[in-house]
Amino acid sequence: MSDTSKTSLLALSPRTKQRNAAEKRFRAYGVAAIAIGLLMLTVLVTNIFSRGTGAFQQTFVTVNVELLESKLDKKGNRDLEDIKKVTTFGYNPLIRDSVVAKVEELGIQTDLKAKDLGGILSKGAVGQLREFVIANPDKIGETIEFRFLAQSRVDGYLKGRVHRESIGNDKSISAEQLDLVDQLVDAGVIVKSFNMDFITGADASDQRPEAAGIGVAMLGSLSMMFVVLGLALPIGVAASIYLEEFAPKNRLTDIIEVNISNLAAVPSIVFGILGLAVFINYMHLPTSAPLVGGLVLTLMTLPTIIISTRAALKAVPPSIRDAALGVGASKMQAVFHHVLPLAAPGILTGTIIGLAQALGETAPLLLIGMVGFIASNAPETLADGLLAPNSAMPAQIYEWAKRADPAFYERAWGGIIILLVFLVTMNTLAVILRRRFERRW
Amino acid sequence: MNDMQFTDRAVDQKETKIAAQGVNVHYGDAHAIKDVNVEIEDKTVTAFIGPSGCGKSTFLRCLNRMNDTIDICNVTGNILLDNEDIYDKRVDPVQLRAKVGMVFQKPNPFPKTIYDNVAYGPRIHGLAKNKADLDEIVEKALRRGAIWDEVKDRLDKPGTGLSGGQQQRLCIARAVATEPEVLLMDEPCSALDPIATAQVEELIDELRTRYSVVIVTHSMQQAARVSQKTAFFHLGTLVEFGHTGQIFTNPEDPRTESYITGRIG
Repeated sequence: MSDTSKTSLLALSPRTKQRNAAEKRFRAYGVAAIAIGLLMLTVLVTNIFSRGTGAFQQTFVTVNVELLESKLDKKGNRDLEDIKKVTTFGYNPLIRDSVVAKVEELGIQTDLKAKDLGGILSKGAVGQLREFVIANPDKIGETIEFRFLAQSRVDGYLKGRVHRESIGNDKSISAEQLDLVDQLVDAGVIVKSFNMDFITGADASDQRPEAAGIGVAMLGSLSMMFVVLGLALPIGVAASIYLEEFAPKNRLTDIIEVNISNLAAVPSIVFGILGLAVFINYMHLPTSAPLVGGLVLTLMTLPTIIISTRAALKAVPPSIRDAALGVGASKMQAVFHHVLPLAAPGILTGTIIGLAQALGETAPLLLIGMVGFIASNAPETLADGLLAPNSAMPAQIYEWAKRADPAFYERAWGGIIILLVFLVTMNTLAVILRRRFERRW
Repeated sequence: MNDMQFTDRAVDQKETKIAAQGVNVHYGDAHAIKDVNVEIEDKTVTAFIGPSGCGKSTFLRCLNRMNDTIDICNVTGNILLDNEDIYDKRVDPVQLRAKVGMVFQKPNPFPKTIYDNVAYGPRIHGLAKNKADLDEIVEKALRRGAIWDEVKDRLDKPGTGLSGGQQQRLCIARAVATEPEVLLMDEPCSALDPIATAQVEELIDELRTRYSVVIVTHSMQQAARVSQKTAFFHLGTLVEFGHTGQIFTNPEDPRTESYITGRIG
């Protein structure tokens, strides 16, 4: 025994000091790491919302259109076939005149020609008018109030995206037109309001970003999710139950296990090219169809579901299996009556997270052509929804981000907000399900 | 202390329920049970005692083929239940386990209601024709498990909400609900407090009137209290088997004596 003086508990030894300092440092690192993560998340979310919320608002112009019989139905017999012969081109003068009339009615002085006056409306206005006339031929001859989309530059001007200084070379809009817009805004003819069409509508051509919506792509995504859920869940759960509860533990099952784990790490674009080669080139399934997209995403989601299901099955205490076998249940009864219900919350969580992953996947969809330009209406039947060409939300966002007009850029951000809303909803659902069905033993 | 008081000295010879002949168990390369021969009598409590890892639980699990679920476990020799080899190819372990019930070390009620816990076995074996039948079976089983009075008002509450001792008696009730002939108990009291242990031991003594009970225990006092026959296992061999009184007071083998007096274990 050394004869050094007794150490006091009140004084820290150098070693203790060192250890305390190390612990403090580590805590500081941890706090810093979390702070950086939160900061990034905040930047991301504020960025997305500040850029994307504009897409949910759109500028509308309210005008009174006189549906001239002389233009729309020259014979005057209201024959639908004859009315349909008038192309959108024939509606142009009506639209133009309606704006001119509005300007005159308000007593606004302007040097603009009639063509430029009509130019503040979306190029889709004629289509909207024609559809109305074909649906209501009896209204020909009357003057009816319409709410048309303003063209994207006017919309951009109201949202602060387009400035007078920046339109020097822009053929789509002039400073005089912007003056007119200012006056019309003061008069309440041009208003910005919530744009449901962005959420429910279809994509629009390069000329009409103001009319583009994500609704049809959303349906495409939903159809794919149905395929994924319908295939990946039963296949994945059956595979997991067999591997976890029934399969003998040997070299072969070890190899299968390792390969399933590896499959989960395969880049998604590989699944895309596999889908292209197998489903489209070999099996001749239709290109751009949600069915094919769903099949590819199923391949991608399967490993996720299998891994989480097996983890959920493993977490069920063996004593439950013993108890069931002990009263004479067969292996299958033990699994289906006792193990599976206990594992269900874990399986559900894994499935929802797998689906959320698949919902946001873009790369494989690009390879199988799920970027169809779909300006048509939503598919009417389920089979149509699965087999008709469609796009998907992330692919649509990618398409918009690619286009030259900055008005599409805003829509890409808007699409991201919708996609994020879906993902957050699904993840919240997963958490709620897990909480609700969690059982203790 | 009356720990070493023996429950029933007047043991008369009863007919053999289970006969093990030359049983060997291998776990992969490990030889867990070495040539065990034993005859377990009907309507008797037989205790398996021995130090940890001596193979008593392994042997118990052979009696209802629970070892089948372990891939590397290999059982040879004959185990006869009422003169039928339970390891015969034609025997379905599921039918066997309905006849040979089991209670485990840790109470393991299903995370379902008390009623469903007991009703599960009769349901899967089709013992009840209708709901009234099933109600009757459940009540009878819970009475035999000496827990009916405590739970009769809350049959629809989860079995996992009971205390440890109640859970274990529920598990016993669940095991007897399928009308087994043999009841295997693997250290049924090791997770219980002394009062719950006393209740379960009392119950075991009652069960003896109907079933052949085999109990594995670490506690020699427990073996002495509840059993009529005792088997002492050591390193995978059955060292000594005989009347409990004789094993504890006058063991033939020196190893048994060493264990009982606390020198090995």
